[in-house]
Amino acid sequence: MQNRELYTTILFVALVIGCVVFAFLDIITGTTYLPIDDVFAVLCSTMDDATLETIILKMRLPKVVVSMAAGMALSASGLQMQTLFRNPLAGPYVLGVNSGASLGVALFTLATPMLGVASMHWLVSFGITGMAWIGSALILLLVMSLSRKIRNINTILIVGMMLSSAISAVVGILQYVGSEEALKSFVVWTMGSVSTVTIEQIKILVPVVIVGLVLAIVVIKPLNMLLLGEGYARTMGLNVKHSRTIIFLSTTLLAGTVTAFCGPIGFIGLAMPHIARITFRTADHRVLMPASMLWGALSMLICTFVCDIVARSGVMLPVNTITSLLGIPVIIYVVLRNSNR
Amino acid sequence: MIELQNITLAFESRTLIKEASAHFTKGSMVALLGRNGTGKSTLLRAMASLGAVQGGDILVDGENLNDLSARDLARKVAFVNTERVNVEALTVHDLVAIGRSPYTDWMGRVTEADEEIIARSVSIVGIDHLMYRSVETLSDGEAQRVMIARALAQQTDVILLDEPTSFLDLPNRYELCLLLQRLAHEEGKCVIFSTHELDIALSLADSIALVDTPHLVHRATKDMIVSGDIERLFDSEHISFDAETQSIRLHR
Repeated sequence: MQNRELYTTILFVALVIGCVVFAFLDIITGTTYLPIDDVFAVLCSTMDDATLETIILKMRLPKVVVSMAAGMALSASGLQMQTLFRNPLAGPYVLGVNSGASLGVALFTLATPMLGVASMHWLVSFGITGMAWIGSALILLLVMSLSRKIRNINTILIVGMMLSSAISAVVGILQYVGSEEALKSFVVWTMGSVSTVTIEQIKILVPVVIVGLVLAIVVIKPLNMLLLGEGYARTMGLNVKHSRTIIFLSTTLLAGTVTAFCGPIGFIGLAMPHIARITFRTADHRVLMPASMLWGALSMLICTFVCDIVARSGVMLPVNTITSLLGIPVIIYVVLRNSNR
Repeated sequence: MIELQNITLAFESRTLIKEASAHFTKGSMVALLGRNGTGKSTLLRAMASLGAVQGGDILVDGENLNDLSARDLARKVAFVNTERVNVEALTVHDLVAIGRSPYTDWMGRVTEADEEIIARSVSIVGIDHLMYRSVETLSDGEAQRVMIARALAQQTDVILLDEPTSFLDLPNRYELCLLLQRLAHEEGKCVIFSTHELDIALSLADSIALVDTPHLVHRATKDMIVSGDIERLFDSEHISFDAETQSIRLHR
């Protein structure tokens, strides 16, 4: 099947080119357009313009890095969840990462006015991300420990969803009793954003995401075996418990961290693995994993670009709305496809 | 090849098989018979190390099942169940290639030698023409053959199959069992399959393992027919087994 290999290679090259093009477009677009020549000059350090350099290196480039990291992380974790649960609608958010993080943030935003530290911005910023991370990690740990006791993987999925709903209800109550100011900072976080992540935060975000992605690559073979179900995987020599633990760990690091720093970015993790399957026409994770990562990166770069374009007309759209508009049609397509089978 | 030594099996708190011993050899096809819920699946799962054994030992190639690593066991025993695998965009080739997992590197890369084994496995079960089809699009009979090709790619001496014929129509049931017989006789495998098809088992299997709660009786097929065990086990108010014609008779 040489044609197939050629097709796969071409697609990979096209995706990489797409990422580069949109990364560049994201650098150029923002509250002001930057001339392409100047951007090149600054990036190659052949031009000395302090203002331009600051804009590119401190604002535009971080935005690109965060978009790519978030997209890759979310879709890599989504793919792992879908294969592990053998359910096309499984994703980190379905398991409660989203709600766990929002509980952490809600608790924090509610508590800070009481503690009287609201004026210390850096503490608030790190507090929000830290609590979101703790919240999502705790939920995933809870689901993971349940998964050691519960054999049926779909039961775990349902438990995760119920847990998620219960936590959302608690968050609803917290929002109701919270002060107006606390409510505002919580809502800002829920909208999701890739441009508010600071350089200091990137220094945490990127290494953690890299560790998560490396773990995702380590489980490529186990994921392929798990396609046939846990029973078959075991008879083919897989230590299922061990693999499950790595997969959950990877998902916590990837989805938990991104959610903590960027807020709940919906549907990328759910939709992009499907786009990868449809475009590459394969179920082999050796292709699917990098393909999902690239599609995730590209889709987030596009969403950021769209946000920037819209922002120029004076409307600041949260990135969440764009990812939903992009992702939901894909999910509907997948659901309809499955129901016709 | 695979030996049961005084094994006791239970499902939840119910004892199914008590202190049973049997020896299944290479190059033979064994049909595992028994009424519903008597522990055929439990026994097969135990032999594949998918379920626990309450007592006794299972030896594969002289080695205790519990002493083998998962990877080593996967090179000795393959397992096929009735579950239909429906994965979007998964081709027959890629599915059978997953059967090479006990031999491939950490990424699951398939070498040229692996490719040859995959091609041969697919060819033995007679589905060469389906090599690059997506498994979702296959018929039940074809899908079952793919799962067997995957087991063959695992290059094990023992292949265990849990009711491989249950979703197939009559011609396909015979075709599949003839294929299993060929694997035993021509490829030298030890093939053990559970079934409710008494006529197929009696006409094709080399030996019969009969779960006669709480015992397990293993005899060559012709000895089993004359032993009277089948009559006793399958006799009910309305039917009986006729050893002479090897068929079930209705009482009218």
